[in-house]
Amino acid sequence: MSAPNLKIEDLRVSIEDKEIIKGLDLEINGGEIHAIMGPNGTGKSTLSAALMGHPKYEVTSGKVTFNGEDLLEMEVDERAKAGLFLAMQYPSEVSGITNADFLRSAINAKREEGDEISLMKFIRELDKKMDHLEMDNAFAHRYLNEGFSGGEKKRNEILQMMMLEPKLAILDEIDSGLDIDALKVVAKGVNEMRSPDFGCLIITHYQRLLNYITPDKVHVMMQGRIVKSGGPELAQRLEAEGYDWIKEELGIKDETVGQEA
Amino acid sequence: MSVDTSLRFDKDYVNGFSSSRQEPAWLQELRLQALELAQNLPMPKPDKTKIDKWNFTDFKHEATGNAVAFNELPEDVKALIGSEEDAKNVLVIHNGTPVYFALEQEVKEQGVIYTDLLTAAKEHEDLVKKYIMKAVATDENRLTAIHASLFLNGAFLYVPKNVELSAPIQAVYYQDDEAAIFNHVIVAAEDNSSVTYVENYLSTNDSAESVANIVSEVYAGAGAKVVYGAVDNLAKGMTTYVNRRGRAEKDARIEWALGQFNDGNTVSDNTTHLIGDGSFTDTKTVTIGRGDQKQNFVAQIFNHGKHSEGYILTHGVMKDSASSIFNGITKIEHGATKSHGEQTERVLMLSEKARGDANPILLIDEDDVTAGHAASVGRIDPLQMFYLMSRGISKAEAERLIIHGFLAPVVSQMPLESVKNRLVEVIERKVR
Repeated sequence: MSAPNLKIEDLRVSIEDKEIIKGLDLEINGGEIHAIMGPNGTGKSTLSAALMGHPKYEVTSGKVTFNGEDLLEMEVDERAKAGLFLAMQYPSEVSGITNADFLRSAINAKREEGDEISLMKFIRELDKKMDHLEMDNAFAHRYLNEGFSGGEKKRNEILQMMMLEPKLAILDEIDSGLDIDALKVVAKGVNEMRSPDFGCLIITHYQRLLNYITPDKVHVMMQGRIVKSGGPELAQRLEAEGYDWIKEELGIKDETVGQEA
Repeated sequence: MSVDTSLRFDKDYVNGFSSSRQEPAWLQELRLQALELAQNLPMPKPDKTKIDKWNFTDFKHEATGNAVAFNELPEDVKALIGSEEDAKNVLVIHNGTPVYFALEQEVKEQGVIYTDLLTAAKEHEDLVKKYIMKAVATDENRLTAIHASLFLNGAFLYVPKNVELSAPIQAVYYQDDEAAIFNHVIVAAEDNSSVTYVENYLSTNDSAESVANIVSEVYAGAGAKVVYGAVDNLAKGMTTYVNRRGRAEKDARIEWALGQFNDGNTVSDNTTHLIGDGSFTDTKTVTIGRGDQKQNFVAQIFNHGKHSEGYILTHGVMKDSASSIFNGITKIEHGATKSHGEQTERVLMLSEKARGDANPILLIDEDDVTAGHAASVGRIDPLQMFYLMSRGISKAEAERLIIHGFLAPVVSQMPLESVKNRLVEVIERKVR
């Protein structure tokens, strides 16, 4: 398997004619874990949704390639099949479909007809991954995310990631609403995936998740673009000092989108 | 364009038709009276669906089928009833003719009567007379009158007092001729008896215009329980009127589990009268509309008895440019104190052109009751689609999952495993 590569160049994204991402560049390779940090309202979640192809977000210009292919030309399911995964901040609830049935459909969607995963193998894998995430096996038979608590939904996103084995995963505020134990479990899942064939983009506004998943690169997002990049030490400084020093350094008064410097 | 709604069948025809089948005089008389009524009675008026251009009166009446051994039944039919070992109590009617029949000895020995309706009319005259066209009146509307004058055959199931049958009684009504389906079913469960009846309607006529006019009458005596499962799967050529009616006496229970998957225009009336105190009914319906078909579904419960309870649950999916009206009616009569009525209708529309309309109606003439309703009509949530597709599931497959999920709350509550499986199969075929 070749190492994945996601390359974003001068990306601009709008929602309902309002520009949220205003020229963003980023490159993620296999084996790397990147973290995008930043206060609320700076466009972090918009970036993740647009990369996955969310119907509400419109990419107005720029270029995104995934393993050399034009990601923006692909349908949502094609992006997933190419190996992209988005753990969502607010996963949908779908009534009447069990978690297990859903996961099996998703796994089989990536496989050729006639080469579907056997039920036994699927159950074995699922049990193993659920144990790893300390999830009650009953979750397999509950309807997809229906009635799940916030933390259960987040674990379920990580479970899906582990089952689907993407080449590049974007975790959109996977840590919000998680207590420290759940946070550790989620981190364990991500660390389990770490390999030269796997890249990861973690979007968060807290440093605490990064105590358990050490990122290779940390980026700060403000006003719809990346304004500062560094190593893990940048996250620690943000945790200790907040974002004000960056705003000062860059002369930004209001970091949210829609406000200009 | 105006449709000629006059009936092509006259007194001579009905006389000849009835005589040729050696029907008893009382039945011939019933048919002739019905024919007269049919000339003048108005058509049924399903709320919010115009049926004046639908053809219910011009059709080829008779066709024939031939008796066969189990192995010679069409594969489609065998698939419905299972293996010969499983299908111990089953009646198959092909093109209006009974072609296969099996009934276990031990069921017979308990005094259960299960046979085609014409045989019953000859051999169990008093019983048939007691029940036929009683829950559904001949003079209810033009179509019930036409039905009584021209019904071809059907099933008669009689369960004596205190007899509890565990194995389901099955029926398959199968049509591969362009002739009409005029089928009449009677299920009569005497006091404290219990029975499950499951029927399948199947037709293959996609092109030629034809008519299905179906009446079922269900009688649950005091303390009796009837589970009535039905899967309707009539092809596009059929314009269908189907009237399934129940009467529950004191502490009786009628459970309906209906999968209504016709491809042609359909008017369906499923009404239960909770006559006795403490009687109960539960009516569950799933349906999928596709193509340009128009359908009207009435699920209706009348609470007459005190402490009676009625539940309606309907989930419908509309595809293409199909349109359906779902009318849920709970009528609590004066004097039916402490009764309870509850209904839920949900419609999911898959395309811009699909139409669905859910109308929950509560009519309450008594103060001391409880009742509730819920209804929703909506389209597939684009965020759900995004979520499913973001896991690599194709658009078509995501839709399929959402539809199954939408219908699952009803399907999963269906009383019989066999009906459940059959529903899943038909749904699978229809949403593809």
